[in-house]
Amino acid sequence: MKYYDKLIFELSKPGRRGYSLPSGDWGDGEIPVPESLRRAEAPKLPQVSEPDVVRHYVNLSNMNFGVDTGFYPLGSCTMKYSPRINEEMASHPGFTGLHPLQPSETVQGAMTLYASLSSALCTLTGMSAFTLNPFAGAHGELTGLMIMRNYHNSRGDTGRTKIIVPDSAHGTNPASAAVCGLEVVQVKSTPHGTIDVNDLKPLLDDSVAGIMMTNPNTLGLFETEIREIAELVHAAGGLLYYDGANMNALLGKVRPGDMGFDIMHLNLHKTFSTPHGGGGPGAGPVGVAAPLADFLPAPAVAPDGNGRLEWFEPKNSAGRISGFHGNFGVLMKAYAYILMLGRQDVKNVGPYAVLAANYVKESLKDCYKLPVDSLCKHEFVFDGLADDSSDVTTLDVAKRLLDYGFHAPTIYFPLLFHQSMMIEPTETESVETLDAFIDVMRKIAEEALTQPELLKTAPHNTPVRRPDETAAAVHPVLKYNFQSAEQ
Amino acid sequence: MSSAYFPHTEGDIRKMMERAGITSPDGLYADVPEDFIFKREFDLPDGMSETEVRRRFDALAAMNVPLKVFGGAGAYDHYSPSVIPYITSRSEYLTAYTPYQAEISQGTLRYIFEFQTMMTELTGMDVSNASMYDGPTSAAEAAMMMNACTKKKSRIVLSGSLLPQVIEVVRTYCGYHGLALTVIPHKDGTSDREAMIADVEKGDVAGIIVPSLNRFGIIEDLDGLSDAVHSAKALMTVYCDPSALAVLKTPGEWGADIACGEAQTLGMPLSFGGPYLGFLTCRQEYVRKLPGRIVGETKDADGKRAYVLTLQAREQHIRREKATSNICSNQSLMALYATVYMSLMGYEGLKEVNRLSSVGAHWLHDRLLETGKFEEAFDKPFLKEFALRSRIEPERLQHELAKAGFFGALPAGDDLVTFCVTENRTKAEAVALVDAIRRMTI
Repeated sequence: MKYYDKLIFELSKPGRRGYSLPSGDWGDGEIPVPESLRRAEAPKLPQVSEPDVVRHYVNLSNMNFGVDTGFYPLGSCTMKYSPRINEEMASHPGFTGLHPLQPSETVQGAMTLYASLSSALCTLTGMSAFTLNPFAGAHGELTGLMIMRNYHNSRGDTGRTKIIVPDSAHGTNPASAAVCGLEVVQVKSTPHGTIDVNDLKPLLDDSVAGIMMTNPNTLGLFETEIREIAELVHAAGGLLYYDGANMNALLGKVRPGDMGFDIMHLNLHKTFSTPHGGGGPGAGPVGVAAPLADFLPAPAVAPDGNGRLEWFEPKNSAGRISGFHGNFGVLMKAYAYILMLGRQDVKNVGPYAVLAANYVKESLKDCYKLPVDSLCKHEFVFDGLADDSSDVTTLDVAKRLLDYGFHAPTIYFPLLFHQSMMIEPTETESVETLDAFIDVMRKIAEEALTQPELLKTAPHNTPVRRPDETAAAVHPVLKYNFQSAEQ
Repeated sequence: MSSAYFPHTEGDIRKMMERAGITSPDGLYADVPEDFIFKREFDLPDGMSETEVRRRFDALAAMNVPLKVFGGAGAYDHYSPSVIPYITSRSEYLTAYTPYQAEISQGTLRYIFEFQTMMTELTGMDVSNASMYDGPTSAAEAAMMMNACTKKKSRIVLSGSLLPQVIEVVRTYCGYHGLALTVIPHKDGTSDREAMIADVEKGDVAGIIVPSLNRFGIIEDLDGLSDAVHSAKALMTVYCDPSALAVLKTPGEWGADIACGEAQTLGMPLSFGGPYLGFLTCRQEYVRKLPGRIVGETKDADGKRAYVLTLQAREQHIRREKATSNICSNQSLMALYATVYMSLMGYEGLKEVNRLSSVGAHWLHDRLLETGKFEEAFDKPFLKEFALRSRIEPERLQHELAKAGFFGALPAGDDLVTFCVTENRTKAEAVALVDAIRRMTI
C-alpha cells in the first residue's frame, strides 16, 4: 500500500471535464426555470478529465484493505470471501434497468427472485415468512421490533414498552430499541459468558415486549439455556428476537425458528457473502414465525391466484420502512450465493466456520487471555495478552497486526472485558492462512515483552500511521476548505 | 461437488479438529441441545455451477419486460458513466468493512470526505454525513433529528406534496418513536404554506419537512418559509434531488436547517429500487445530532494528512440506547458511486443533465396536452417531471403504455398522472410515446 495525498478537488482545473452526454435531439433550449428558483452560485464540484478520475480513485483504493487483500478476522462482521458470480449477476442487464414502480406484469422475473430468496431464507432459518425490504442489520432490528410492538398492540396488549437486551449485545440492539420507542432493560451475563437466567426471571412481567438475543452471543458462545429462556419469555407473554449478526455460526446446522425465536434478521452482507462495500450497501431481511406473517412491512410479494406474483400490504402491516423494496442488487447477490452452494454445501458453512474459530483459539490461548475457556462457535474473545507485565494494550496488538498484512480483530467489544479482542476467521480461509495469522499473533505476543515500544508506535508500514483522533473530534474538519487552498 | 469457496482438504480438517480438541464433526456443536440440530434436507436446489446460475438468472430476466422509462416518482433513469462500476467493483473498496482501522482504510475515508464536501456544495449546507439508506429513511432520520434538536418537541409537520413513500416511511418511524405527525394536504400542487405556518405556530412542532422538487415534479417556492418556521422555534428540513440542486435554489438558500433526500440520481442505475443512496446535511450547530458516520481530517503520527471516522460519541456502538440513531452499515459504496459521478460530471455536466431533461420534459408536456387526452393540472414551474390530469383512467393508461413498451403515466392521486424525461431519452422515443397515447381511446 502506497500513500497518496491528493483529494479530487486538488486535481481540478477550469475547462476540464469527464463526461459525455447525448444530444437526444432536444435542441439547445435553455433550462426553463425562472431565475427566482435558481441557485445563485455554482457548486464547487471538481473539473477533471476521465483519466484523472480513474487514476485518482485507483490510487485511493491502493490505501484500502479488503477481504480480497488479505485475512480480515473482524469479529461479528463475518468477513468471508464474496464470490464474483454474485457481482456479475447483480449487474445483469435484465434487471438493472427495471424501475421499482413498473407494473407487476412487467417485473415477474424480479418478483420471482424476491419470492425465491424469501423461501430460501425460510428453509435455512425455520421461519415462516420474510421481508427483504430492510437495508441493513440495524434496519432489520428496527423493523423486527416494530413488528413486535405492532403484534402486542394489535391484541390490545398495549403496556409492553420494555425490551430486554443482554449486556453483551451489539450496540445496535439498544439503539434500535430506543428508535422504536422501547425502554431498554439490561440482563446480565454469567461468568461463563451466557445470559444469567436467574437475573432474567425477575425482569419478566407484562410490561416486557420481548428479548433480543444474539445466539451464539458476541463472545461466540452458544446460549445453552435458550430453551428455558424461550419458555420463560413466552410464558410472560413476550416474544424472542434473534439478532442474525452471528448466524454464520449456525448456517446449515441450527435454525433460529427451531429454537423458539419469533422474529429475526439476517445480514446478507455477512452470512450470505454479499460484500460489505466499506460500510454498505447491505441487506437485513426480517423473518417471522407464522402468527406474525401478517405484520411484515409493506410491500410484500404473494401469488395473486392467477399464476402471477403481486405486491400487497400485509393485513396488520408494521408500515412502510423503505422507499421501494430493499437493496434489490444486494438480494440478487445473496440469491446467487445460495444457488451456488445448494442444499448440500450450505450445511458446511457453519461447521467450517466453527472449526476455524476453535482452531485459532486453541492455537493462541497460551499467549492471549481466554476469559471463557470452552468450545466456541464462529468467533471468540481474548481479553488482551496472557502476560500483561508490559503496558501493551489490545489497541497496540491490533495496530501491529496491520504491519504484518492482516486486518485487526474487532477490539474493545464486547464491553464485558477491558481488553477485548474478538476474532472471527470464517469458513473461506485456508489452514495456511490461519497458521500464518497464528504465527504472527504469537510473534506479536513475544514482541510485547521484548520490544513493547515497537507495538506502542505501530503501525509502521501502512500508508498513514496512527491518526490523531482527538484533534479530529475537538476541531472537526468535515469538508474540504476551498478558501485555504486558494491562498 | 464440493464448493469452490471452501479451501478445506480432508487432511486440513483432520489437522484442525485435532488442534481444536474435537474428535468428531458433531463435537463442533456439542454445546447445542441435540433436538435443535437440523437433520433434514433444506428445501433448496442442488448446488449449481456458475454456468447454471447464469442460466437461472437469464431465465428470470426473460420474465421481465424492459420498458422505455418515462416515469420517476423517486427513481430516475439518468446516465451512469462506464467509469463508475469499474471503480466501485475494485476489491479494495468492495470487500472492505466500515473503516474502523483508519491506517488501512484511507481510500474509503478519503472518498467519504470528498462525498461530504460535494453534498454540502450541492445542498448549500455546512456539514454532511457519510450516507443514509435511501431518500425516505433519510427523511425519517431528519424527523427524529428535529425532535432531538428542539428539546424534544414531539410533533412533525409534513407537506402533502412530498412523495407518498416519503410520507409513509416518516409516518412509520414517527409512530413507533412517539412523535405525532401531521400531513398538511398540498394546495394546488404545492405545499400549503399558510396552513403549515398556522400549524407550526401552535408551538408543539419540532419541525417541518417540505420538498424542493415535489411529487408532481413542481419546483416549490420556499421563499420566507424558514423565517416563519424559525419564529415558532421549529426547524425546517428540505427534501431534495441533489442532481437538480446543481441548478435549483438550495436548501441552504431557502434557509433550511437540514437537507435530506434521494441521491440515486447521482449515477445509480434503477436496479428495481436499490441499492440507492440517502443523504443528510445540516447546519453546523446541529452536527452533534447528525445520525450516521462522519469522516474528519486530521494528521497521523508523522504529520501526514489523514482521515478518520469522527464525532463517534453520537453513535450506537458508543452510546447504545442514547445514540442519535441506530444506523450502522449504510450505503458507503453508493456514496462512492455518487462521488465518482460528481467528479466526472462536475457542475457543467450536471447542468447539461438538467438542461436535456427539462427541455425534453417540457417538450413532452406540450405534446401530451396536444393529444387531447390530458388537461393541465397545476401550471407551475417544473424541471424533469410533471403531472397532468388524464382523461383516460390512470391505471388503464399505465398498463396500456406498458404493453406498448413504455413506463410512464404513474398514477398520482385522483385523475393525475406523472411523466418524466431524462437525458437517457431521445426525442424519437418521446414521439413514439405520444403516438401510442394518441391511439388510445378515452
